Amino acid sequence: MNLHSTHGNGINLITVTDTRIDSSVAISFKDTMRTLTEQGPDHILLDLSNVAFIDSSGLGAIVASMKQLGRGKQLDLAGLTPDVAKVFRLTRMETVFNIHKNAASLVPRPVS
Amino acid sequence: MVRSRPPTVVSPVSPPGSLSLQFDGCVADIRGALDSVRSHLAALGLGDERCGAVEIALAEALNNIAEHAFARRPPGPVYLDAEVEGTCLRINLVDLGCPLPGQTLPTGLHHDLDVAPDALPEGGFGWLLIRELTEEVSYIRSGAENRLTLVFSLE
Repeated sequence: MNLHSTHGNGINLITVTDTRIDSSVAISFKDTMRTLTEQGPDHILLDLSNVAFIDSSGLGAIVASMKQLGRGKQLDLAGLTPDVAKVFRLTRMETVFNIHKNAASLVPRPVS
Repeated sequence: MVRSRPPTVVSPVSPPGSLSLQFDGCVADIRGALDSVRSHLAALGLGDERCGAVEIALAEALNNIAEHAFARRPPGPVYLDAEVEGTCLRINLVDLGCPLPGQTLPTGLHHDLDVAPDALPEGGFGWLLIRELTEEVSYIRSGAENRLTLVFSLE
């Protein structure tokens, strides 16, 4: 599972670079999230803008990633694409997370 | 990167516009089947939103087959037929795995999410998604076969 973490503006921005979070990668996603959230800012922002598809196993892995955080840490989401937003809406999980339209509004990306 | 083997396209004795696939009922082969179905539906002119709804529900049905029907035995074949009938898309799935508990469809009710974060559910959303996204879902156990039918409205 390909996740990329950068720290800045008091936020641990974790970008999912794969296009799917499904049953075949759910455990790997959760494990990688644990590693990437053990250190760094308490505010974690998961950028899902590259993710076109998620199933209930992937959704469960995101919930598990939030539950396994240390005390005082918070996981927000950003950049839900249409099919991903549909899964969050139908399961009502959209009420559990703070969901931002895009990550760039919180964490300006460095100009390269 | 997870490599998913492409499903076998069963030779078309079926009407034009329909699709027949065979693949193993294991998690690794689900992506390939979903890709084939989505490409087929897009080629028929279905829009992204409709294709997405079908893919989500079908993914859940196939996950259930891989994770439950073949949980305690080597994965056997899954036969998938997709056909447009008037204003409906009908997808039939047949496998030779264990029957659904009680040989009936789970209800797929909403979870109570008004709980402490530690108590939030990490699973059990599959049937809820299937029921929300389909017009009709039916299941019968026929001999050693599970026969699941998902019907989507195209209107």
